[in-house]
Amino acid sequence: MTLLSIENLKTHFFTKAGVVKSVDGVSFDLDRGEILGIVGESGSGKSVTGFSIMGLVDAPGRIAEGSIRFDGQNLVDLPEPQMRDLRGRRIAMIFQDPMMTLNPVLRVDTQMIEALRAHGRWSDDDARQRCRDVLGQVGIPSPEERLKSYPHQFSGGMRQRVAIAIALLHQPDLIIADEPTTALDVTIQAQILFEIQKLVAENNTAMIWVTHDLAVVAGLANRVAVMYAGRIVEMGTTDEVVNRPAHPYTAGLIGSAPSRNARGTRLTQIRGMAPLPMNLPTGCAFQPRCDHATGACAVSPDASTLEGDHLVRCHHPLVGAFDRGTAA
Amino acid sequence: MTVFIIRRLLQSVLVVAVMTLLVFAGVYAIGNPVEILISQDATEAERAAAIARLGLDKSLPEQYLAFLGNLVKGDLGTSFVFGEPALQLVLQRFPATMELAICAMMMSIFIGVPLGLYAGLRPESIAGRTIMTGSIFGFSLPNFWQGLMLIMLFAVILQWLPAGGRGVRGEFLGIESSFFSWDGISHLILPAINLALFKTSLVIRLTRASVRETINLDYVKFARAKGLRPRRVIGLHVLKNIMIPLVTIIGLEFGSVIAFAVVTETVFAWPGMGKLIIDSIFQLDRPVIVAYLIVIVCLFITINLVVDILYAILDPRVRLADQKA
Ligand SMILES: Nc1ncnc2c1ncn2[C@@H]1O[C@H](COP(=O)(O)OP(=O)(O)OP(=O)(O)O)[C@@H](O)[C@H]1O
Ligand SMILES: [Mg+2]
Repeated sequence: MTLLSIENLKTHFFTKAGVVKSVDGVSFDLDRGEILGIVGESGSGKSVTGFSIMGLVDAPGRIAEGSIRFDGQNLVDLPEPQMRDLRGRRIAMIFQDPMMTLNPVLRVDTQMIEALRAHGRWSDDDARQRCRDVLGQVGIPSPEERLKSYPHQFSGGMRQRVAIAIALLHQPDLIIADEPTTALDVTIQAQILFEIQKLVAENNTAMIWVTHDLAVVAGLANRVAVMYAGRIVEMGTTDEVVNRPAHPYTAGLIGSAPSRNARGTRLTQIRGMAPLPMNLPTGCAFQPRCDHATGACAVSPDASTLEGDHLVRCHHPLVGAFDRGTAA
Repeated sequence: MTVFIIRRLLQSVLVVAVMTLLVFAGVYAIGNPVEILISQDATEAERAAAIARLGLDKSLPEQYLAFLGNLVKGDLGTSFVFGEPALQLVLQRFPATMELAICAMMMSIFIGVPLGLYAGLRPESIAGRTIMTGSIFGFSLPNFWQGLMLIMLFAVILQWLPAGGRGVRGEFLGIESSFFSWDGISHLILPAINLALFKTSLVIRLTRASVRETINLDYVKFARAKGLRPRRVIGLHVLKNIMIPLVTIIGLEFGSVIAFAVVTETVFAWPGMGKLIIDSIFQLDRPVIVAYLIVIVCLFITINLVVDILYAILDPRVRLADQKA
């Protein structure tokens, strides 16, 4: 059952220097209980997509076009009080940098209880009990003591667990996780991934997992969307996208990930730099960095469907050309 | 904590010692108070007697040592001009200056913080821009000129408020103060505004800058992502964080308000310490100058101590014990 349906979302920043088209025509659907991975280089518009869903795009940015349907409601023109009622209760977000997410001058219990009370009456005892339970769920030892601590008394991994606990407080229908493990070391990252996967499965929560690390997404997501310069250039099941990438950019991402390569082979590299959203090349935005580019690429490609739901936005999709392990 | 306070107090003693030494040398270098204090046609004998009475017949080091000896006993000497204990003279004027300074500081906090908050939250709005432009005036117009204009407008042209002096004080719970009588308050308003204008501008700009900086931080966005109302996001998450720089600056500025009061007290004939110190400097009344400065130093030290303690209360990451005093 479709929970979230985004149609041609365009979120632009109208800065003094010009219009930054951070998200420029993104569409995807998400079912209840499904995990969608969004992958892309820095600046490709992943976070802005997440903030657009939350209704938290900072000025001078705004949603210029498109619709975000969540459980039947279009969030784009939802009045702020209704949007606020959804935030935290039905849609929660976990941020990129755990060191910056919690307010440094407020105790953890203050920050958790206020999140509960934003959406209903909670007695002190009930609220504390709920906080303890959720902190326990995300693997924080002795929650009672930890509730009385300030964020600086926690390690980065523990802080991110607290942020995740806050996101889970109301058992939301949708969690947007914006690279929640990027800032953490690998073992902590694996633990948190494992726990989140378990919790999401238990509650049938839908999740958008933003990352620039395909390896993380491969073990977690049902489907993957690859973003480049504000657009989804490829989307499909995790198996399709990771093992049979059709877009040269996706293939490049996979080729440059160490874990995906046979030992001793050289890592490939996508040449050039990600374009600035201020001055995108006309036509396909990836064209200047692409080995397969031809004259046709001067025209922006439409999305085309390969087998199943595998969607790609490219004039020369690499159907079957890429075989993992040997392509490098 | 106790160690911290003791360390602070020891430092203060050192500061007072250095400061008195400088004042002694400074006043000595400026001139001989005898020339000012004793009339031109006094006889040689009268002159010598006066010099001996003031203790000015001894050498400077001797005078300083005598002063230190008395200081330990709590005696800061007798005013050359008034013949009264210098400390008592200063302390008599102390409440008037404190009244003015507290009133001015309150004005700048209760006007400056809300305006700065507004300008920080809506920097592009007309009101926000007007506030910022207004604060430039508060900054750049000379203090004494602002005072004179206030007198012109409200005392001379509109005749709403008195032009100067302190008025009749009221009494409440045994404390005598201008705050407790209408006449006292009406005399207090203009000088307090005059003293507050510069500080208000400062508080506005500081608040605005802190808000602009804080509002884009992740934890504020995260607070909004939890579904909190703007009132709580601003009133708790933003405000509690900007309180940290605000308290520090306001605390330090409180000291400088007392020092700045010199100009305002002169313009409005406000009988506070500022006016006393100006008169005393002109007459080279060294005991009063020294007593005044000792009082001011003690005040600054107290303020700094309070600021540090508040700082530790507001910011859980700061612990006084770890802090270098
Ligand atoms: N407030 C803003 N004003 C102007 N441009 C912005 C603003 N916020 C984001 N952008 C632009 O939008 C683009 C996309 O940003 P976004 O944060 O979504 O990238 P991202 O894919 O999340 O990258 P990262 O992996 O580094 O987090 C960037 O080029 C950025 O410069
Ligand atoms: Mg991001």
